[in-house]
Amino acid sequence: MSNSSSDVIVVGAGVVGAACAYYAARTGLSVTVVDRGPVAGGTTGAGEGNLLVSDKEPGPELELALLSTRLWHELARELPAGIEYEAKGGLVVASDAHAMAALRKFAAAQAEAGVTTEEIPADRLHEAEPHLAPGLGGGFRYPQDAQVQPALAAAHLLRASGARVRTGEEVAAVLTGANGEVRGVRTTAGELHAPFVVNAAGTWGGEVARLAGGRLPVLPRRGFVLVTEPLPRVVRHKVYAADYVADVASGSAALQTSAVVEGTPAGPVLIGASRERVGFDRTLSVEVLRRLAAQATALFPVLAGVRAMRTYAGFRPYLPDHLPAIGPDPRVPGLLHACGHEGAGIGLAPATGLAVARQLTGGEPPLDLGPFHPGRFAAAA
Amino acid sequence: MPGSPSEPYDLVVIGAGPAGLAGAVTAARLGLSVAVVDAAAQTGGQYFRHPAPGLGAARPQALHHDWPAFAELRGRFEASGAAHLAGHHVWAVTRQDEEMWSVHALVGEDSGAVGSGTGSAEVSGSPSGGGTGSDGEGRTHEGFSAERERPVRLQARAVLFATGAGERHLPFPGWTLPGVVGAGGAQAMLKSGLVLPGQRVVVAGSGPLLLAVASSLAAAGAHVPEVAEASGYLGYARRPRALAANPHKLLEAAVHGTALLRHRIPLRTRSAVTAVHGTDRVEAVTVSRLDRDWRALPGTGRRIACDALAVGHGLAPQTELATGLGCATRRTPDGTHALVLDGLQETSVPGLWAAGETGGTGGWQLARTEGELAGIAVAARLRALPALTRSRRVRDLARRRDRMRAFAEAMVAAHAPGPGWTAWLDDDTDVCRCEEVTAGSIRDAVTALGARDARTVKLLTRAGMGWCQGRMCGAAVACLAASGTAQGTVPPSADRRPLAVPVPLGALAALPEEPGHA
Repeated sequence: MSNSSSDVIVVGAGVVGAACAYYAARTGLSVTVVDRGPVAGGTTGAGEGNLLVSDKEPGPELELALLSTRLWHELARELPAGIEYEAKGGLVVASDAHAMAALRKFAAAQAEAGVTTEEIPADRLHEAEPHLAPGLGGGFRYPQDAQVQPALAAAHLLRASGARVRTGEEVAAVLTGANGEVRGVRTTAGELHAPFVVNAAGTWGGEVARLAGGRLPVLPRRGFVLVTEPLPRVVRHKVYAADYVADVASGSAALQTSAVVEGTPAGPVLIGASRERVGFDRTLSVEVLRRLAAQATALFPVLAGVRAMRTYAGFRPYLPDHLPAIGPDPRVPGLLHACGHEGAGIGLAPATGLAVARQLTGGEPPLDLGPFHPGRFAAAA
Repeated sequence: MPGSPSEPYDLVVIGAGPAGLAGAVTAARLGLSVAVVDAAAQTGGQYFRHPAPGLGAARPQALHHDWPAFAELRGRFEASGAAHLAGHHVWAVTRQDEEMWSVHALVGEDSGAVGSGTGSAEVSGSPSGGGTGSDGEGRTHEGFSAERERPVRLQARAVLFATGAGERHLPFPGWTLPGVVGAGGAQAMLKSGLVLPGQRVVVAGSGPLLLAVASSLAAAGAHVPEVAEASGYLGYARRPRALAANPHKLLEAAVHGTALLRHRIPLRTRSAVTAVHGTDRVEAVTVSRLDRDWRALPGTGRRIACDALAVGHGLAPQTELATGLGCATRRTPDGTHALVLDGLQETSVPGLWAAGETGGTGGWQLARTEGELAGIAVAARLRALPALTRSRRVRDLARRRDRMRAFAEAMVAAHAPGPGWTAWLDDDTDVCRCEEVTAGSIRDAVTALGARDARTVKLLTRAGMGWCQGRMCGAAVACLAASGTAQGTVPPSADRRPLAVPVPLGALAALPEEPGHA
């Protein structure tokens, strides 16, 4: 086989592309990964590395997340410790008794769907998180929630896949044959040939779909992360207020913030999460930082005296129904999509990669992929 | 008064060095309300440093033959009516609306509490807070100290970035030993604290600053066994016109050259300190001869006993406040990034101007000239008097600026680091000292994990994520990333630091709500 041809070309060297490459290579396919930027240069590198089930209501995304949680657990044994996998669990806190009642109902439905939950009454919150503010209404612990360092996870997945990785090379065209079937891609460095192309271009997945003559309405939803100076372990879990769940599920373009606070093995505390639809604008928003800081210090008053060292913005790949597109394009034979995971791409990557690999080889899908079918947007075109 | 949310300034100047003061004086004279914000307590910037009060230094000018010119500028500034907001650490500038900018600063009770990015003299002094943080540096959770800093927001119709430059460092084995100081830092210590970094001080690196540092150190009583300059001086000969048009620069060089002769300090070109020896602090250095690409020639190492090393590789413009607003940058001949400016000092973003080292290093006289030009240009824009920019004065200033800029570019080109310097590094040399990231782990990220640029190296190794936010290691990391492989190299980009200084979360939380958000 020549250097320019392989069984499958994955467009995108973020965590989803890396997972697609990893699972495809494990089935024996030869894989080439192309990215116009560096490894993990897009939304992956701007993520916190959340592997969450706690923020998902029962439904297809939760199914995908539960499968991914198991797969990340396996990957943590197969990949180097450098990916910083931590099964530290999540803690969702309710501001008062009223919010606690709503959270209890939400958690009960999740438990029904297979999520492990554990109620923490208000008077025991400080055993779980000693620095939480007083006066909260209680919370729920989610032991399945975990974390990785996303850029390292993507880089190690790619390396373990053995795929040829071509960074700094932008896809300019998708090559098709006489019947419209995919034959490869043309990049800024030349042609690459393969009978399958996987669109794992994340927030830029809409552009790749368009190059192939398909349609995928991916939009950027901006988020900022604040990073503090290194601290001793002040925050043990991934801690967030119950309002976060409502923000994740909302499709509003307006700014929403709900602090998600967590420590990291390297020391800094990460504070997310803001959501707003403002295109690809990276300009610092002081209002976002103000709200994140106010909400984080309301949860953990001790953080008021801690310095934010840096902040960065990322662009979540947002599809109108908040579900990713996973599977074959309805119009272009040989083109598969694996993008649009919004803020959950790190967590959902392994299940996505496994599903794509099964589809490439004609295997049994690991879960019902119907809700993720890229054709669901075709009618609106 | 201007500065209250209801009444903005016409112009906020960031930086009280020669560029900022000249810009403020000029704009105020032309009728604008002006504030100059600076992290330091006194005007003068990095170059015109004042001895710390209490040292009883009666004659700071003794270390500065340019002091009278600065004193004249300072006098005009004090009489100009422009406000001087000392002890203000600007952490971001944002666009408020089409006609207004917000300048966000922290004011500390102890104004020395927040790093301004360039003030640290000790290369070897840990920038603090490094490492994994798991040791907590003895701090308890209740003991975080940053709560006393107060956020301040200024509004301005125009902003002039006169934020200067920081010293560029290139690592080498042993550079983290106590006794290794930045060349600019050594001079700053001398000017502001009147202290010497050691008794026997080797001066090394590249650039004209080395000569000035060596003569200052010798004049203050240190023994300087040698100045090791990594470049040749032949580079200057390739731009004879720029040299001939700047006789004062030749004069300066001659002054320093004479000083070196008087103190019997040998200047060795194409030489570099490639290793530092010592257990608790510097005891000796190895100086090696270099080839044209700055590779050390085998067998040429000489050991020189000393108790300190002052090392510097030129300056890197401080542009992060401007790049955060989208201002375009250009790559300078020595591989740093400077702001792109038009003939009247405006950046690529209308309403934002820059003067001095932010547009490329070039010395204080260039900075003062550019500051005055920018001051006129801002006044012409805000007062809708375009004729102001067509005066003979503007033509003269622009001509002087162009001449000095051409010389400065020729000079930095002559001292640009050669690609071979990365071979000085052992795999276990710390490159990012804040996060303790070695050259070996950076090389591993490049060869094994596919990093091709400084940002990806940072994501994969934490190099540049610590206290100094890559100010110390950024240049070195970019070189190591680029040297990994020619294929797929991503060109280095300008620094992006949306927070120019660390900001306490409590201060962020206490900001007033921004208008325009539902």
